[in-house]
Amino acid sequence: MNPEFSTPLLVVLIVALCTFATRFLPFALFGGGKEVPAIVKSLGVLLPPAVIAILVVYCLKGVNFMIPPNGFPEFIAIGIVAFLHIWKRNNLLSIGGGTVAYMLLVQMVFV
Amino acid sequence: MTKETLKYAFLQTLPVLFGYLFMGIAFGILLERAGYNFIWAFFISSIVYAGSMQFVLIGLLGGGMGLFSMILLTLSVQSRHIFYGLSFIEKFKVMGKAGWYMIFSLTDETYSLLCGMKIPKELNEKKVFFTVAALDQSYWIAGCTLGAILGGFIGFDTTGIDFAMTALFVVIFIEQWYGFQSHIPAMVGIACGLAALIIFGANAFILPALIASVCLLLVFKNSIKQGESQEVCQ
Repeated sequence: MNPEFSTPLLVVLIVALCTFATRFLPFALFGGGKEVPAIVKSLGVLLPPAVIAILVVYCLKGVNFMIPPNGFPEFIAIGIVAFLHIWKRNNLLSIGGGTVAYMLLVQMVFV
Repeated sequence: MTKETLKYAFLQTLPVLFGYLFMGIAFGILLERAGYNFIWAFFISSIVYAGSMQFVLIGLLGGGMGLFSMILLTLSVQSRHIFYGLSFIEKFKVMGKAGWYMIFSLTDETYSLLCGMKIPKELNEKKVFFTVAALDQSYWIAGCTLGAILGGFIGFDTTGIDFAMTALFVVIFIEQWYGFQSHIPAMVGIACGLAALIIFGANAFILPALIASVCLLLVFKNSIKQGESQEVCQ
């Protein structure tokens, strides 16, 4: 099979399978009414904020601070997202506003 | 399915309709820009059906990340779902085949709707649950597919639209910052992410960052005061 087709297909299948696994796990393990181990419960609660923080870093991994625009568009736009979100707590406004601001910054200001 | 069930479920899912269409379209446009057409968008939103993970997935499609890293990344990003299912073990078990679909389709948004609904007595709870879950996924599939179709026709310069993914994670980060009493998990993530990025470089930092975070959280779990934010329904 053409790798340009088979590679993404495999990636999608693996991600789909792992996603289903996380959704199915509690039913597989505790469907019989067994007690949930404390360690599983703790990780279920504590891991998400850490993973999201890592994903923010992941989104910014391509930013180079040494060459212009030195990450300014990213940090200004993140500031706008944070400001909008802390102010209004409206997901669509924060994401939409920040994205439009970033597009304007990279297309018109820091060109 | 009765008309009343559909009407009730539709009204309940209205907020999700707008959110999913918007984020779905953003996903579709990004996917199209990465070189994958609307058939991929339809396929991915049908069988993966996850918000943030689908955005991460776009970057993985070209290959390059190892199998083990990819599995651990997906399991970690989705780890909160382990927690969601716990609230519905008994309810989904009695739904038969539809129960499998309920497990598959338990996204953040569907979970919060199922938790919050006060279903009228004259309606069948199982049918309402299934209808809500199916409507939510249909909005998501519609948004993703539409975005990928639109992406090919958009006349204006879309450079920078990929920032939508960064913005999404920043928003989730702020929500979790408010939701948790302790900010240690968030700070562990930032510290491990940055440290791993510096040590291992942009292409190999995710796996060490995740492993380090899991280890640190397990070490510190007793000293972290867990917030009340994680609403456990029922």
